[in-house]
Amino acid sequence: MGLSYQSTIVASLKRGQLKRLQTPWVVALAGNPNTGKSTLFNSLTGLHQHTGNWPGKTVLRAEGHYKYQGEHYSLVDLPGTYSLFASSVEEQVARDFIYSGSYHAVVIVVDATCLERNLNLVLQVLEITPKVIVCVNLLDEAARKGIEIDLKLFNKELGVPVVGTNARAGTGLEKLRENIRGVAQGKINCKPRQIIYDREVEAAIEALLPKIAGDDFMSINPRWLALRLLEGEEVVCHEIKGEMANDTKTSKLALLGG
Amino acid sequence: MYLNLANLPIGQKCSVKALSATGMMRRRLLDLGFVPGATVLAVRKAFLGDPTAYLIRGAVIALRKEEASFIQIQ
Repeated sequence: MGLSYQSTIVASLKRGQLKRLQTPWVVALAGNPNTGKSTLFNSLTGLHQHTGNWPGKTVLRAEGHYKYQGEHYSLVDLPGTYSLFASSVEEQVARDFIYSGSYHAVVIVVDATCLERNLNLVLQVLEITPKVIVCVNLLDEAARKGIEIDLKLFNKELGVPVVGTNARAGTGLEKLRENIRGVAQGKINCKPRQIIYDREVEAAIEALLPKIAGDDFMSINPRWLALRLLEGEEVVCHEIKGEMANDTKTSKLALLGG
Repeated sequence: MYLNLANLPIGQKCSVKALSATGMMRRRLLDLGFVPGATVLAVRKAFLGDPTAYLIRGAVIALRKEEASFIQIQ
């Protein structure tokens, strides 16, 4: 089913996106803590859910299924996280799953009452994959606080579908299912907003890209990888080094040394 | 006026000026919403004076003194 746990990021990256996945369509639910992911999960799947234990992890992750227009969808409820640059075990679970690319779409659940705080994760996920649906949840609570969200503008700014929901009452779910279907099956074309960094950073990315792109081992977003290398992201760099030591064809160790 | 967040009295607001942390700690603080220009309110202190709870961007986050001292404020 393509849901097996990937212990290393690079192994996940290497596997490439979606190659082995059969139906059902796999959809990940991500988001900050306390945004109503699990409520949404339950509303979407009804009672057909069970919690699953990841081998080697103590953290629980829920997995459920639903049917939409005659097709099966498998929904993975990831632990809440503020960032993909994980510092706790729960966050690692979420991070590794997003890195793995073993899904057809990611739903990022955001809290309408404090949208700003949630955008960090949204942008981080958009740098990895364009197959994203942003679900603005807790719209009822926001309305009570006098907060109104311009979903159309939000959609325009992000370049991916934005759906407003109130998971507790079940409103907006139909539209969410429709958009999940569209993104997972490639019927909706996502053009996520790309973050442009300072000129120095952009120049460094430009310099790195030709060395990364086209390498089958890095079939995942080369720009994202360039950023992590520049940042010296420990886990990613470490694993890439190990990976390259095993690969005699590549001469890119020099790249990491520099 | 207070130099860093650890010195901010309870009930007072301030704005984040810069972070003096590096690496994972810097990343973590940024992820939690402590970015330059963000408004922070010191909500309350734990029984022994540490950690302190801060309201930032709609969520209450507790930081130890050591962590808060990385956040320069004005």
